[in-house]
Amino acid sequence: MSMLHTVNKSPFERNTLQSCIGHALPDSAILLIEDGVVAAVRGTAHEGTLREAMNGRKVYVLGPDLMARGLSADQVIDGIEVVNYEGFVELTEKHDKVQAWV
Amino acid sequence: MSEPWEDEGPGEVKKFMYVNRKAPYGTIYALESLEVVLIAAAFEQDVSMVFVDDGVYQLKKGQDTQQIGMKNFSPTYRALEGYDVEKLYVEAESLAERGLTEEDMLVPVEVMSRDDLARLMDEQDVILSF
Repeated sequence: MSMLHTVNKSPFERNTLQSCIGHALPDSAILLIEDGVVAAVRGTAHEGTLREAMNGRKVYVLGPDLMARGLSADQVIDGIEVVNYEGFVELTEKHDKVQAWV
Repeated sequence: MSEPWEDEGPGEVKKFMYVNRKAPYGTIYALESLEVVLIAAAFEQDVSMVFVDDGVYQLKKGQDTQQIGMKNFSPTYRALEGYDVEKLYVEAESLAERGLTEEDMLVPVEVMSRDDLARLMDEQDVILSF
């Protein structure tokens, strides 16, 4: 059983991502959406948190939410995959369950 | 018989500071703050806007909201000057924590240290937080 976790809060503002990481099994995936996308950017004080998230797990970030905030795919930490809404749908289809960390 | 609000007398200018701490689009705070600032600008007060924590993302260059189906209100920050809202302060520490620099800002701003901002906040008559 593989879980898709979604995180929609900035790690600078809430501990949502940290809590998600603490409960996400190694074979699960994490998708950053809405304000959560700022965690995917290289060179922030939370890059270490993201590296921890990527330990054994696949991490995705929603491109449209990055673009809305003036951030681009080439600023994203290597190894994080940028997906569009279609990719979001495919991820929910591919995983057995979705856990939304809000 | 004078009304209570008339006792202050005409022409009294107070220092109003709007403190913005949230990223745009994920919550309504950034847009609401902007609307309040624009309305308040009509009262000809001494207005300043401060961007700290995730609030610095409000001024990030290159916002493109086409795909999320929300209005991109970032060009409005450029119009603030026309309403005599010219004091925009961005906290240096907040930028640095997010890997951002002054060049990432879409309007001219004054980058200020946390300590200096604390002093500036202390000088205000009214502080509104968003």
